[in-house]
Amino acid sequence: MQTLYEKPKAMFDTPTHFCPGCGHGIVLRLIAEIIDSWNIRGKTIGLAPVGCSVLAYNYLDIDMCEAAHGRPPAVATGIKRVHPDHFVFAYQGDGDLAAIGTAEIIHAANRGENITFIFVNNAIYGMTNGQMAPTTLLGQKTVTTPSGRDAVNCGYPIRICELLAVLDGSSYLERVSISSPENIRRTKKAIEKGFKTQKEKKGFSLIEILSPCPIYWRMDANESMKYIDEEMTRTFPLGVVKDWEQKKSG
Amino acid sequence: MKQLLMGNEAAAEAAIQAGCRYYYGYPITPQNELINYMAVRMPQVGGTFIQAESEIAAISMVHGSAAAGGRTMTSSSSPGISLKQEGISYLAGSELPCVIVNIQRGGPGLGDISASQADYFQAVKGGGHGDYRIIVLAPSSVQEMADLVYDAFDLADKYRNPVMILGDAQVGQLMEPIEFRRKPKETFSPKDWALTGAMGRKRNIVKSFYPVKGQLEEFNAHLQKKYRKIEDHEVRYEAINTHGADVILVAYGTSARICKEVVRKSQQMEFRVGLIRPITLWPFPKQFIRTISGRATCILTVEMSAGQMVEDVRLAVEGRCAVHFYGRTGGGVPTSLEIMKKIAEIVPDNLVAKVHGVLQLVEAK
Repeated sequence: MQTLYEKPKAMFDTPTHFCPGCGHGIVLRLIAEIIDSWNIRGKTIGLAPVGCSVLAYNYLDIDMCEAAHGRPPAVATGIKRVHPDHFVFAYQGDGDLAAIGTAEIIHAANRGENITFIFVNNAIYGMTNGQMAPTTLLGQKTVTTPSGRDAVNCGYPIRICELLAVLDGSSYLERVSISSPENIRRTKKAIEKGFKTQKEKKGFSLIEILSPCPIYWRMDANESMKYIDEEMTRTFPLGVVKDWEQKKSG
Repeated sequence: MKQLLMGNEAAAEAAIQAGCRYYYGYPITPQNELINYMAVRMPQVGGTFIQAESEIAAISMVHGSAAAGGRTMTSSSSPGISLKQEGISYLAGSELPCVIVNIQRGGPGLGDISASQADYFQAVKGGGHGDYRIIVLAPSSVQEMADLVYDAFDLADKYRNPVMILGDAQVGQLMEPIEFRRKPKETFSPKDWALTGAMGRKRNIVKSFYPVKGQLEEFNAHLQKKYRKIEDHEVRYEAINTHGADVILVAYGTSARICKEVVRKSQQMEFRVGLIRPITLWPFPKQFIRTISGRATCILTVEMSAGQMVEDVRLAVEGRCAVHFYGRTGGGVPTSLEIMKKIAEIVPDNLVAKVHGVLQLVEAK
């Protein structure tokens, strides 16, 4: 009998703490699958963020470091400079990367740090019970935007890929989602491309992943996936925003 | 061979001699000579120099390089150190070795750029959030700056703990002939906890997050045990003429240099002034001060602050003798004359005549 699908070796056999329908489990699994298939557990170092995914190190069987709110790009920089030939990736949510850590991500990109950033965007602060994120959609209700995000008061959702694209130091930027099996496969390809960018020392890569937070979106899992496809992608269009390979050939 | 170096440059060169290969900084006066020196020297020794986008980023880069097993350092001055406190708490909580140089300037807020010792509380009492301690070393000369920075890296590794060099604008920018007395460090003790990729071993995690009930208390108990061990083994101080002294001065760094002048002048008039100069501000030489205070008439703590270390002196003395304070703030530096005048106020009547003799000597200068 041929095994088509099994638990990645780089992942511990342990139940996660994530809420039902949360996207983090899927994304972490994709990373573990890549570490397995590339056989790089021995030379990969991950950065755990703050927020819901801080416990990533409970699930991924690799060397991992914690960082303060928003600081993974700087901490990852410090790690990568010690181990320039290792794969270093940081896993960050929208509050971490697009609010408190805006300076760090912009400057890591601008320095062209040869690091891969996995940016999980669920447009809300999950860990702290559903407050507005910098990526919260206009009109989206959160506990701190109870009547919906209003640009006059709260500004606009930040499009990180587009923002980083203008920097000369960024090499590969793509926005994907995990709203369907097809999109999950694309997400895996994008993360692999991020790792390839590192392997070939092409510099900064960031994969923005639109991911559901059914609990604080006040939706069920299916509605959440539909919300990603129909609402989130209007503000955050999927696709490659910058690619060093395309730049070369084009 | 002696070299004429500025305190800030000596700190930078000593770090390189001690094997530091990862330096992250952000410019701020009066420590700019340190970052400038590192920018030139680090590439020469195959090290990493990054001018970070902020003090917070710089300390976070230190966090990363320390976690990855590298010898790493950052430097700043008072307002910049305030920004680094987030990272310092994480480094202490993650038990990561690193060296942080604080060349203090006047505060609070933007303050000014002249010498101050007003960051004592912040340095020795924690500074960031949580129950933690960092080792704090206070050089009072350029030579000592070099020696202590070299030692700081070994202490950091030995205890897996951040170490701060607490200098000030005078010690940082003073030029003195110095010698690098130690051999450049080439061998280092292995760090089996560091993040190097989990090749052929169980994975390592560097973290300070303990969400399961009871775990964090257990971890804090471990930290406190480590801190007691540091207090038992790493106290350093210089004691001059403390035996049978009429008045004992307690001062560190630049203040201590001025106090030494008072000690010298007093000796000429056979008035016995002693000096205790804490070299480790944490762990504080409280045991020695306690012992001395049982025999002393009075103690005078001299600081370039409104009175910070004096609290630790009082805690050590526990009422065994009177503890007085003289301090200047906001960039003011105490003079030997001011200190003598203060001594004249606090000594018993039978010593006043002698003190006035010293005062005349100091004034004549």
